Amino acid sequence: MNLDELTLTGLFEELPFWVDIPPFAQMTVIGLVGAAAVVLLIVAPIGLMGTYAERRVSAFMQDRCGPNYVGIPFLPRKIYTNYKWTRLFGLGQSLADGIKLLSKEDFVPPKGEPFLFIAAPVVAFAGAIGLFAALPLSDGLIAADVNVGVFYLLAVGAIEIIGVLMAGWASNNKWSLIGAMREVAQVVSYEIPMAMAALCPVLIAGSLQMTDIVAVQRTGATFWGISIPDSIAGWGAGWMIFQAFPFNIIALVIFYICVLANLKRAPFDLPESESELVSGFLTEYSGMRWGLFVLGEYGAMFALSGISATLFLGGWSGPVYSLLTAIGLPSIVAGVAEFSYKAVGLFIFMMIIRWTLPRLRLDQVMVMCYKYLVPFAMACLLFCAAAALVAR
Amino acid sequence: MSTTDVTDRVVGDDGELAEYWVPARDARSEEMVVNMGPQHPATHGVLRVAVKTDGEVVLDCEPMVGNLHRCKEKIAENVQYWQFMPYTDRLDYLAAMNNEHVYARAVEKLCSIEIPERIQYIRILIAELGRIASHIFSVGVYGLDIGAFTPFLYCYRERERSNSLFEKLSGGRMLYHYFRVGGVARDLSDEWIQEAIEFLDIVEEKMSEYNLLTTWNKVFQNRTMGIGVLTPDKAIAFGITGPALRASGVDWDTRRDDPYDIYDKFDWKVPVADGQHGTVGDCWNRHWIRAQELVESIKICRQAIDKMPKRDPALTPKSMYQPYINPKVPRILRGPKDAEVYVRGENPRGELAFYLVSDAKNAPYRCHIRAPAFVNIALLAEISRGYLIADLVAIIGSIDIVLGEVDR
Repeated sequence: MNLDELTLTGLFEELPFWVDIPPFAQMTVIGLVGAAAVVLLIVAPIGLMGTYAERRVSAFMQDRCGPNYVGIPFLPRKIYTNYKWTRLFGLGQSLADGIKLLSKEDFVPPKGEPFLFIAAPVVAFAGAIGLFAALPLSDGLIAADVNVGVFYLLAVGAIEIIGVLMAGWASNNKWSLIGAMREVAQVVSYEIPMAMAALCPVLIAGSLQMTDIVAVQRTGATFWGISIPDSIAGWGAGWMIFQAFPFNIIALVIFYICVLANLKRAPFDLPESESELVSGFLTEYSGMRWGLFVLGEYGAMFALSGISATLFLGGWSGPVYSLLTAIGLPSIVAGVAEFSYKAVGLFIFMMIIRWTLPRLRLDQVMVMCYKYLVPFAMACLLFCAAAALVAR
Repeated sequence: MSTTDVTDRVVGDDGELAEYWVPARDARSEEMVVNMGPQHPATHGVLRVAVKTDGEVVLDCEPMVGNLHRCKEKIAENVQYWQFMPYTDRLDYLAAMNNEHVYARAVEKLCSIEIPERIQYIRILIAELGRIASHIFSVGVYGLDIGAFTPFLYCYRERERSNSLFEKLSGGRMLYHYFRVGGVARDLSDEWIQEAIEFLDIVEEKMSEYNLLTTWNKVFQNRTMGIGVLTPDKAIAFGITGPALRASGVDWDTRRDDPYDIYDKFDWKVPVADGQHGTVGDCWNRHWIRAQELVESIKICRQAIDKMPKRDPALTPKSMYQPYINPKVPRILRGPKDAEVYVRGENPRGELAFYLVSDAKNAPYRCHIRAPAFVNIALLAEISRGYLIADLVAIIGSIDIVLGEVDR
């Protein structure tokens, strides 16, 4: 079987009874299996590595050690002491924490809404994993190359607030409710500049499809009407931040700030600000329900870092990709390598911001959105439209 | 209190508009009473604040104290004078040395005990080191209230150093029992003084860096400037003391204006808010006064180390188990008949005072503790009405209460 032609649907078509199943059931099965694969292969490892990275990054910034003891799981303490390589820099800590979360008491507030309380983390998590569907991880490595990719990502990314609002309401806790209200006000506001900033590369590329946006950063890139030769565009000169210079750089900064706000990362972590609202909408959650929120948060962090990298920084195309393909590696591997360092870099930068800045106040968050980000995003959109016009 | 009054307050008596969102005068939504604490991360212990809110706006709040009440004043009547010394550690447990200092002075005044000069210098040095340790914690933990986690841990790293210094002196890292009536537990060794000088150098160097993370950080300033403004008149009317008073522009420091021990022999200045940054009396100024006082305390420590007299062989105790005190202190302390003293001292959080009434027994007839944090917390409702919940956290943090002292 040729690796390039391998698709999920193709695998199912090998089954003898597949044609007898009605199309709706086929789609359901494919969707369920695909979602499970995304969760198990991508989101769960990213969540585990993300919590580990957060703790290590914050520890290094704060002159601490961070988790460095639990490596290969389930080993007796004596082995960790005598054979230090089994600690693996503490990589097993997240796994151990996950096991702890799974074994905790399954608590639902007796005076809350049990159904909404249980459903909320699932909804929030679904919004996070949905982002991975239209994210091109490498050359041809994309689950669903829909022709409205950017639109889909913005829409699915907003599902999470429904889960958060459900959580805040169902907890029957005043802190939770205030936290959820803050979240909704914040995320709905920041959707506007975020969408505008995301439209800048869309205008240049002339397409909402994620693969098209990557392709235009490899071949046929333009710099205010001057065509960038493909030979250097593939090495990073064709990235969106260099096209329509400098407005796409501003758009990237706006997009990244909005991503921070949408993900409730500091300095926009008002919905779960510990010193004000105890834990915001997470106050009543414990065990794996809480874990689902956190896993979803780290999954969405990585996905949105990847989307920022794809829209503005060339996605899976760039210097590392060109270098690795030049020495003969398959393009799918080279693409993953190129995509990873950009996505992980933006991911780590979120953590560095979180552990440096104090928290804004709700009205300051709103002022920042409507007074600064929206006008700047509008201006960027206008100039990018001009750039697209010139190029045509 | 009606909503209209609250909005009036926010607009301000001098007609100056607060910079942020104010609910429309006639608009009014459902009010909600939220219980902040006793188990809330921002209340610095076991303070409970009942907050009446309209959305996120604080209409009224009432601090409810007493969760940490341990009958300190009654205990003082039932133990001997010297036995109460370790209990004073537990008042303001972040500045235990300063509490002991004031109590020791109160008993010495009651019993008319003289203090040798070297011991006075040691006491000043230790008390100012205690102030540095307390302020560096307050400065860091205020960042934590505003949401910056990292400066807190940096500041705590320096506090660990001072804890180690005090541990070498007294054996405890938090509750020391180092002061004695008539002296201190033991003399300072030369090595210890060297370590103290190193500590002062480190703190002086690092504080400017930490100020960049909090005091001069734009986000931090936006959160704290113009919030919780306390006018000088109100500060005096409420009996506010300490950095909160000086941040309101009132130039009063007990160490300078009612000098005790040998504070008048040192050259230092009292930082007072001058309105150069922010509004006089706001949260930012209270924080900034603390950060400045820390530097002034370093000056006093350096001078105390330089001027400290040589060791007096007559004072040196015969055994290492004997305290380093004036040898004329009687073995059983008895207060005079029908005497009373009120002795105050400048603590990191304000003016701590002990009121002792003696009836010629070896324990006081009555001991009253004037705890600065208890007086300052009464202010909370007055300056937080009309601000947001997030500001309430900033205001509680800027008053810098310690619940051990509030509840006693």
